[in-house]
Amino acid sequence: MVVKVYGPIQAACPQRVLACLFEFGVDFELITVDLDSNEHKQPDFLQKQPFGQVPVVEDGEFRLFESRAIIRYYATKYGDKNRNLYGTTLEEKALVDQWLEVEAHHFNDMVYTIVLQKLVIPKMGGRTDFDLVHNCEKKLEQVFDIYEQRLSKNNYLAGNWFTLADLSHLPGIRYLMNECELGHLVRDRKKVNLWWDDISNRPAWKKVMQMFNGQG
Amino acid sequence: MVVKVYGPAYASPKRVLLCLVEKEIDFETVPVDLIAGENLTPDYLQLQPFGSLPVIQDGDYILFESRAIIRYYAEKYKTQGTDLLGKTLEDQGLVNQWLEVEAHNYHPPLINLVLHIMFSPHFGIVRNEQVIKESEEKLAKVLDVYEDRLSKSKYLAGDFFSLADLSHIPFTSYLVGPVGKEYMIKERKHVSAWWDDISSRPSWLKVLEICK
Repeated sequence: MVVKVYGPIQAACPQRVLACLFEFGVDFELITVDLDSNEHKQPDFLQKQPFGQVPVVEDGEFRLFESRAIIRYYATKYGDKNRNLYGTTLEEKALVDQWLEVEAHHFNDMVYTIVLQKLVIPKMGGRTDFDLVHNCEKKLEQVFDIYEQRLSKNNYLAGNWFTLADLSHLPGIRYLMNECELGHLVRDRKKVNLWWDDISNRPAWKKVMQMFNGQG
Repeated sequence: MVVKVYGPAYASPKRVLLCLVEKEIDFETVPVDLIAGENLTPDYLQLQPFGSLPVIQDGDYILFESRAIIRYYAEKYKTQGTDLLGKTLEDQGLVNQWLEVEAHNYHPPLINLVLHIMFSPHFGIVRNEQVIKESEEKLAKVLDVYEDRLSKSKYLAGDFFSLADLSHIPFTSYLVGPVGKEYMIKERKHVSAWWDDISSRPSWLKVLEICK
């Protein structure tokens, strides 16, 4: 029985989960949820995810939501297939968790606000708050400066191997580099730029992008 | 050498202290005065480059982000003190799910209330009644989902107290106390019973005692 992942391929949080499942070679079926028609706020979906958010996974009888909980679950379940993704010692694992939390709290909030203001609100007929976008961009500059320092000492955020912490950034940075037109945040920083080129060229991420571009 | 926890006066470090007490791990605390900007000194930024609280030092090992720290100690000392992770992989999955819910759905509107009502005009916050109103509305919707969940499950992740419940304690204590919105908890029967249960745990009473 394959893992069912509910959510649209265009959204960042389902992409995070799919990248992880591809990294571990876990078979899955993506069941699209149409955010534009508010499918995620309908009773059928709320039964699965009571906050009306994507993604949610169903693995036989087991149901789980919150993308960063899902990737931790599969990285633990299939840890034998790739030990490094979630650390080989408890101390390494905690550093992965630390940088996952950094992504969730310092990085994601800024990206989410920028995407909402620049892409979603205009699409719904509203006006972008450019002051807010500019503030978020300034905060992201500070965050990326810290990443630049970190990546000058380690190849990846949690240490010298690619982990869930790096993976978790893939969807958000893709948005920044493309639709949000803020690629300079990455390109202006030598180590961050090298890191982005490395992680975005992983086969698992490329498979997610193929699906995103309608080819998978 | 005991674990050092920075910033005990504030809520996020209290998540860590709660976990350490539940796991029967010795620690010492190091005060950090946010209002005086002690989190932005070069010494502190060496430990925690984002200037946030808490950070821990365990010998040479340094870790920040409270939810990463509590996951670490809950697993490292799994067989000691209270089991905060659950017995199976699926239990742990649900603990992480509700920890993420706390981080992404519960905490953001609550931190707005805390900053605007308790901490303004510090940290550059100008009290904004519209933000307070909208944050309360968002938090109320989240609490409605919690009410439904807790009508079916004694604790968030299942029938056991876990990191997910623990993570809510420090900031909810602000909500029912200095933020002045205890009614948000009390008006919801199952949320209220859950709050009474988790906030009367000896570990929380001990943390409050230590941080007096």
